[in-house]
Amino acid sequence: MTAITLAKGVNLGLRAAMDADPKVLIMGEDVGKLGGVFRVTDGLQKDFGEDRVIDTPLAESGILGTAVGLAMRGYRPVCEIQFDGFVYPAYDQIVSQVAKFHFRSRGLVKMPIVIRIPFGGGIGAVEHHSESPEAYFAHTAGLKVVACSNPIDGYWMIQQAIASDDPIVFFEPKRRYWEKGDLDESAPPDDLFSSRVVQEGTDATVLAYGPMVKTALEAAIAAADEGTSVEVIDLRTLSPLDMTPIHASVRKTGRAVVVHEAPVTLGLGSEIAARISEECFYSLEAPVLRVGGFDTPYPPSRIEEEYLPDLDRVLDAVDRSLAY
Amino acid sequence: MSDSGLGPDLSDVFGLSSAGGEPELIQLLTPEGERVDHPEFSFDLDDEAIKGFYRDLVLTRRIDTEATALQRQGELGIWASLLGQEAAQIGSGRALRDQDFAFPTYREHAVAWCRGIDPLHLLGLFRGVDMGGWDPLADKFNLYTIVIGAQTLHATGYAMGLQRDGVIGTGDPDRDAAVIAYFGDGATSQGDVNEAFIWASVFTAPVVFFCQNNQWAISEPIERQSKIPLYQRALGFGFPGLRVDGNDVLAVYAVTQAALQRAREGSGPTFVEAYTYRMGAHTTSDDPTRYRVSEELEHWKARDPIERVKAYLTRNGAADEDYYAAIEEEAEELAVRLRKGCLELPDPSPLGIFDQVYEETTPELQIQREQFAAYLSSFEAAPGTHQGALS
Ligand SMILES: Cc1ncc(C[n+]2csc(CCOP(=O)(O)OP(=O)(O)O)c2C)c(N)n1
Ligand SMILES: [Mg+2]
Repeated sequence: MTAITLAKGVNLGLRAAMDADPKVLIMGEDVGKLGGVFRVTDGLQKDFGEDRVIDTPLAESGILGTAVGLAMRGYRPVCEIQFDGFVYPAYDQIVSQVAKFHFRSRGLVKMPIVIRIPFGGGIGAVEHHSESPEAYFAHTAGLKVVACSNPIDGYWMIQQAIASDDPIVFFEPKRRYWEKGDLDESAPPDDLFSSRVVQEGTDATVLAYGPMVKTALEAAIAAADEGTSVEVIDLRTLSPLDMTPIHASVRKTGRAVVVHEAPVTLGLGSEIAARISEECFYSLEAPVLRVGGFDTPYPPSRIEEEYLPDLDRVLDAVDRSLAY
Repeated sequence: MSDSGLGPDLSDVFGLSSAGGEPELIQLLTPEGERVDHPEFSFDLDDEAIKGFYRDLVLTRRIDTEATALQRQGELGIWASLLGQEAAQIGSGRALRDQDFAFPTYREHAVAWCRGIDPLHLLGLFRGVDMGGWDPLADKFNLYTIVIGAQTLHATGYAMGLQRDGVIGTGDPDRDAAVIAYFGDGATSQGDVNEAFIWASVFTAPVVFFCQNNQWAISEPIERQSKIPLYQRALGFGFPGLRVDGNDVLAVYAVTQAALQRAREGSGPTFVEAYTYRMGAHTTSDDPTRYRVSEELEHWKARDPIERVKAYLTRNGAADEDYYAAIEEEAEELAVRLRKGCLELPDPSPLGIFDQVYEETTPELQIQREQFAAYLSSFEAAPGTHQGALS
């Protein structure tokens, strides 16, 4: 067992995937010599060469568009988008080409592309560096969307995503890059498209992913001090959703709170709330509540702590659910 | 006018050259501080104007040093240094007339200075109190654009607006206007930038594309963006491109002035490549020792944009030690004011963000605002219920 950061976990996962399959390529801005602005690809170009770890010209549409062609030629491109807010120049390629190719070609053309996006706020950045665009992609048929929350998942999930023959948008919580966890490579990983109970509880279920998993776990600890037993589920997969453990949990607790940094309106929480109410209607003691960013653009960083859901906002929602 | 309609002098002089070889730079002041002639361009202002440039250069460098220090001390979230690019920015910024409009990236602090923007506004953005506190329309200086290349299209559209308003080609120097779009070498790879070139070209838009080729896009050298000198790309889009010594404030002024005038007269866009160097890190978050060698830095230090102006002024007796000392003193005063002002910048109000989203706000958003206000005041009513960031 070794203690590694999330950045290192993804780094080791990428390395393992490149070792396992010579068709795996890494492409993006500053991913080579620099090793990425978050150092997630650190050392990979040195060891795998410039043909496999490609510092691309500064053009996101180009990164994704050429990834499509490389995929048609049998490669498995792992594209890094430097920050969440810079994926939009590639949005057309992702939504109109990457997502639809399998469908349009009647399954003849596979798109085993992984799009890595460091996402979310909390790092004191300027505009466009703190966004949570996952719903745009989860809304798009043909894409799968996952989010890791910890180093161990970072290590395994990136390998599983690369091994998948479907295109996957892979979200990494940038403010958790330096959080540590113990990696035991002999322990088998969970399925990529599965959600997981990370804290058992009986009074309410808090559903989170990416950066908010840690916040939800902290809220569960604080709630326990006040005598409330909170169950926390790390969604891990955002599209497809893995509703089975969610339904089981809500049937037990009768209460659900979905937490994400993304604005609440039409965020993942909206879909999850609908599915819970469809499947667990008679088990619910309270409406499913959502805690998220407000329906404003991401604010200047001096007030991002107020904007972002935090322990207090999660507890407040749990309290409101319990009081219902 | 040539048959191609590209305008006579610039495109004829700066046709295609070979891809390799030493860059052909337009220069009017050598790194040693000697004035040199150029067949097409000359600097027509007097030594007083050059002394003014010197002051601009020193003060904007001082702003930059102070901002970097403030970031190091935790007062700014990040800072993008302009170190080494002062002449490119002052030369071009001073060529603008009041009625011209500039579209900056995130590094154009010295252009902001030329536009009369209080540097405190720049600090506010990098401190995270707002996204640029100036009035882009009134100041004719757009908000900083961080998404690489996007502003080149905005500049082109604004220029098309000028065209439709009939404020180009009238011959009235107080009326004819132009637009300047700033961007970097890395930005030239973006689709938006290439689309801007096409639009500006086919609509003969009065816009100057001012590219500061500082040799790097974070860790990626210019070779990763282009196989030919950037200025030569312009010809393929149908307008002239030229390359100026970006560390020579006189040449940058002269070239930009000519390009702006060409736009104001209605002859369309020009691409100006200011050949310069990013002397510092990409931003305060960056560590350039990971990707570039220090010899390169030494090479460019010898081409410092300020030293050559000082050498010229000194050699010609246009300025003496007293003058330089007075500028230094002014720079120190400015730094003190900025530091104090930065620390005093008020944090934004969390509720204020709701009021900024729409011209006509929505009932839904108002409800969110009210709920958040009630939530915030619940902490004031019962302090210490939950620990957290709000206390
Ligand atoms: C669309 C987009 N992609 C990526 C980034 C991240 N980024 C910020 S600056 C930069 C390099 C820009 O290089 P260049 O255009 O040469 O300008 P310079 O920073 O050298 O002034 C990158 C990749 C961004 N801001 N916008
Ligand atoms: Mg550059």
